[in-house]
Amino acid sequence: MSTATATFDSQPGTPVPVVRARPAGAVHDVVSIAGRALRAVPRDLEAILPPVFIAVFFFIVNIGTLENLTQNNIQGFDYTAFEMATAVLLGVTGVSRAQALVVDVQSGYFDRLLLTPVRRSAILVGHMVADVTVSSILCVPILALAFALGIDFQTGAVGVLMFIVIAALWSLAFAGFGYAIALKTGNPAAVNSSFLLFFPFLFLTSSYVPRDQLSGWLDTVAGWNPVTYLLQGLRSLALSGWHWDDLGRAFLAVLVVFLISFGLCFAALRARVKQR
Amino acid sequence: MQTTTRTPATTASTAASPDTSISHSAISARGLTRMYGEVTAVDGLDLAVHRGEIYGLLGPNGAGKSTTVKMLCTLLAPSGGQADVAGFDIATQQQDVRLRIGVALQDVALDPKQTGLELLRLQGQLYGLRKAEIEQRLVELRALVDIGDALDRRIETYSGGMRRRLDLAAALVHNPDVLFLDEPTTGLDPISRASVWQEVRRLNDELGMTILLTTQYLEEADELADRVGIVDHGHLVAEGTPAELKRSIGTDVVFARIDGKIAVAVAALRGVYGVVAVEGHEHELSISVEDGSSAIGPIAIALHDASVRVRDLTLRTPTLDDVFLEMTGAHFDPDATSPTTREDRS
Repeated sequence: MSTATATFDSQPGTPVPVVRARPAGAVHDVVSIAGRALRAVPRDLEAILPPVFIAVFFFIVNIGTLENLTQNNIQGFDYTAFEMATAVLLGVTGVSRAQALVVDVQSGYFDRLLLTPVRRSAILVGHMVADVTVSSILCVPILALAFALGIDFQTGAVGVLMFIVIAALWSLAFAGFGYAIALKTGNPAAVNSSFLLFFPFLFLTSSYVPRDQLSGWLDTVAGWNPVTYLLQGLRSLALSGWHWDDLGRAFLAVLVVFLISFGLCFAALRARVKQR
Repeated sequence: MQTTTRTPATTASTAASPDTSISHSAISARGLTRMYGEVTAVDGLDLAVHRGEIYGLLGPNGAGKSTTVKMLCTLLAPSGGQADVAGFDIATQQQDVRLRIGVALQDVALDPKQTGLELLRLQGQLYGLRKAEIEQRLVELRALVDIGDALDRRIETYSGGMRRRLDLAAALVHNPDVLFLDEPTTGLDPISRASVWQEVRRLNDELGMTILLTTQYLEEADELADRVGIVDHGHLVAEGTPAELKRSIGTDVVFARIDGKIAVAVAALRGVYGVVAVEGHEHELSISVEDGSSAIGPIAIALHDASVRVRDLTLRTPTLDDVFLEMTGAHFDPDATSPTTREDRS
């Protein structure tokens, strides 16, 4: 990589400014972009508070509605611990700065970023680093509520940490769809429509009752839905201890969605930064 | 304070073939072309901007100025031709180009949710500046931005003029070698416009920064640019210093309204220093002169000596609009998407 210090010669007698641009490293680029994205989060709370509210709301309502029904029919079943994973996914799925990226595209600030030597991929990755951070933080109040409601986490503190990591990685994988739409269309309404993907992923699965209670077509669809395996892995951490096969399937499910969504969003990024 | 050696004036050229032997050029383009589908926005543009020069690219809306800038600053790929900026090819050495240029595009490109300071710091980080360097530049740029404590406020609270100045500061954080200013004063009030002009001059004088300025304001090009290129329908139709361009289309004209016989006045002006031709019609004289400011005195004296009473005497020098009219057959109208033709105006 060439450096900026080898600038073309100045006119004789012209003072050479001391401060000169130079290529920053890839990590530096990502940290710079992520820092900006994180600074924007507290100024844009309306983007992240509703998902947490919805998650907490449905967590409480579903426990009130289904706790007795499930626990009376399934021996030794802890519905609160079971439903916690669904509540966390409701809270973190779709959390992303994709909407902010659309605003950047529309305001021209995205072009200002492109005029700098920043790596194009760092613009996207920086936003995603911020998303992972925010998703991890959003897990905390939901988990705190679950502990307040008396759940006993079978894998202890390390399991809680693993739970948060998996949830945040899922959030990142799903966010790829929002970024793909943002970069492809530059249209905020289209980014909002990515919310529609949320329904099949989170409701055509074992969100509210165990998988073996599903029947017919829903059971078949749930078998294809990666979120089924994600929920299974998360629940195993809370309900039954370290089950590496469940965790492995959960990571694999996240990876599959990640590969699809990131394939789409990096293709959209390439198209967006291509000198049209 | 050191001043930049301005590039010696070159001969005004009315063909689109400037000097492209470009070893001393900060910006050079050869046959630069950009098409949008069937529409040719920039049509084989040849350009050579010397180091330390302020070059004004002048033309009405739709002439291809902004498209040219976007190609030169690597936002748009050329459809044809080749260009170097700061010694690097815009198509194959884009990162090198980006490290050496600063750009303030026509539409201010800022993030309203950040404060001015946050935006400038981020710019510094993206150009690889160290923390101490960024702080040094912030101190230096505060004077330019000249918005006091507002730098600590979010940009969404700024006025249009404050945003424009901050946008310019963002383009300068890394001390670029070449600065692109795409219509930097469009939409500014006269005071803010004067402030931007002053800053552009200072950057050029004190730092020797090469500046390519696009504008649709004739007076802006006249005021700031060492050389001007007039763009029409995507190609350069004339180039030179503002004075050369004006001279290239003809002489100054002194208009006189007189009392008395016109023939006496015409005879009195025969042989007066600098007078090239005299036309008279009723009580009005049109006197073509080589240098209006030098000739107007002798003309007044000659008419007085001939006992011709002069009611008023006006000197008119050619404007860049006259140059534009001469080169394109149309008047310069910044707000029109195409220049107004002689027929339109008749």
